[in-house]
Amino acid sequence: MKKRSGTFYLLMVPVLLWLVVLIVIPHLDMFFRSFRFENDDGLMVFSLNNYLSFFEDKIYWLTFVQTALYSIGVTFLAFVVTFPVAFYLTKVIAKKYSSFMVLLLLIPIWIGELVTIYGWMILLSDNGVINNFLIQIGLINTPIEMLYTNFSMTIGLLYMSMLFMIVPMMSALESLDDSLIEAASDLGASKWTIFRQIIIPYTTPGIASGGIIVFMLVIGDYVAPNILGGKSSLWFTEQIYNKFLATFNWNEGAAFGFLLLLLSSSIIWLALKLTGQKLEKVGS
Amino acid sequence: MKKLVLIGAVALTLIANGAMAQDTLRLLTWKGYAPAKLVKDFEAKTGIDVKITYSNNEEMIAKLRATRGAGFDLAQPSQDRISFVQAKFPVYQPIDFSRVNTDQLTKSMVEAVKKNSAVDGKAYAVPFCYGTTGMIVNTKLAPEAKDWSDLWNPKYEGKISYRLKRPLLIATAFGMGENPFALYNDKAAYRELMKRVEKTLIDGKKLVKNYWTSGDTQVAIIKSGDANVISGWDGKGWSLHKTNPDIDFIAPKSGALGWIDTFAIPAKSKNLDAAYKWINFMLEPENAAYFTNKEGYGTASADSIKYFNEEIKANFSRSFPKEDLDNIKWHPPVPEGFETIEAKVLDRIKAAK
Repeated sequence: MKKRSGTFYLLMVPVLLWLVVLIVIPHLDMFFRSFRFENDDGLMVFSLNNYLSFFEDKIYWLTFVQTALYSIGVTFLAFVVTFPVAFYLTKVIAKKYSSFMVLLLLIPIWIGELVTIYGWMILLSDNGVINNFLIQIGLINTPIEMLYTNFSMTIGLLYMSMLFMIVPMMSALESLDDSLIEAASDLGASKWTIFRQIIIPYTTPGIASGGIIVFMLVIGDYVAPNILGGKSSLWFTEQIYNKFLATFNWNEGAAFGFLLLLLSSSIIWLALKLTGQKLEKVGS
Repeated sequence: MKKLVLIGAVALTLIANGAMAQDTLRLLTWKGYAPAKLVKDFEAKTGIDVKITYSNNEEMIAKLRATRGAGFDLAQPSQDRISFVQAKFPVYQPIDFSRVNTDQLTKSMVEAVKKNSAVDGKAYAVPFCYGTTGMIVNTKLAPEAKDWSDLWNPKYEGKISYRLKRPLLIATAFGMGENPFALYNDKAAYRELMKRVEKTLIDGKKLVKNYWTSGDTQVAIIKSGDANVISGWDGKGWSLHKTNPDIDFIAPKSGALGWIDTFAIPAKSKNLDAAYKWINFMLEPENAAYFTNKEGYGTASADSIKYFNEEIKANFSRSFPKEDLDNIKWHPPVPEGFETIEAKVLDRIKAAK
């Protein structure tokens, strides 16, 4: 074992403070809170009721499953949509243009999620830009209902999380040596084979870390489902928000928060297992 | 010598900061309740620095509850959301009415708020402004929409919108010819009524364009033409009327829902002086009228009416003929536990296909 210097421990202090004060302590507080329940006499007692209430009502289950499925779907879509972009930016065009284009991709993030979402409302509304255009060119007669549906919600979620998929994929693609692709091509491999057997395996860690970030962002988002989602769209964070703010039941809200943490962690664990990835490798 | 000057400068800054902290009013309020001009006048008059945080009823309660009433010197919750909160988590302190200039206020409103915000015989709030929740209608495209029941009228299929929150459940009950406020002392009967309200709204769900979620989305959905008949607030409806005369606020026949927003002092307020000064300042007739002229909401200040501009007077007389004004249903304090019943109902409506 190597002997650590004093500086090493000194540098550990901010990290530990950060972890303990900002992450561990609040979570412990929430954890203990989630087991406290107000009984009929108005006293706070230890109980599992907050967790049980999740299983009692069908709606919580429904919301939970729907949130999970949509998050997985959006993550997959983010990959499909952004992979060509990442490939183009790293392998096809010159370096000086690509950094400018990455800058362009960053702009929506500067504006903030709420503003971009209002932008989508203007585009997708019944009397919005897209419908007006389609009617003008005579493609349709009556507006297509796009806003306030699961479609608009998906677009909103996808739009605000795309960038977090592109960046890790780009850094993975950048380190891919072009000569590998050239060699495969010389040896007669088809484009599809190159893509499947060289590019994808090589960039998997980048895809996985991008996927994790996107999945986490989407499953924990509140604004896009709340504003762009329709009258029947359900999102689990809204349930947690309601527990805290509408019914003032912080204890049940804390329990639901932990269930969401459990759900997202287990989905990520499962995804890593299925693709044979290691968290350490993905995290680096 | 240089060092000394530096220390002196630092000390001075610290003292100045301390003095400033002494004379700061940390106000927790709604958007529009502290107009910039009035804040400037107040700061010039009293030398007190006003720091504003915008919020809504639910967040106000959550914020104050988290700190047990610290962090703010004055808050502005609605009158029906004070007593049950205060009884459970003591986040406010009683109002010292000897320090409030009640002569300039509408007596009946002061008395009503005193009664509704009371816990153990002590009153916790002073009225500031009032308004109603009713309907905002595009009168050209839906000239006959006049009542809450039009929110589930098949005639307006796909052009209806409302906010899926507790006022809508109350409104639906009134639209069905019931009086939910009369059942506030009978939990079982209220639960049964809410079941029927739930059925009405689930049956009517296919007619709804979307549920709006905030003041901004409320305005957006009718302005863009995505909906023609929506639930809404009078101030919002009137400001829409200014830009598009076809859109107007309408008091539903079965009764608009009246709310009163108040001043309440958090338990750990650090600057009581400034809080009472602000309350009295904001309710001076000229200042209250400035607020009303700007935001469109009614005020608790009695004599401010002579400073109202014509447009505001016209709004009230257009939307509130005498019988509709008398028919306003003022929110009584919400009994403890009722919001849990309502939350379940709202969840089920949202989840229904």
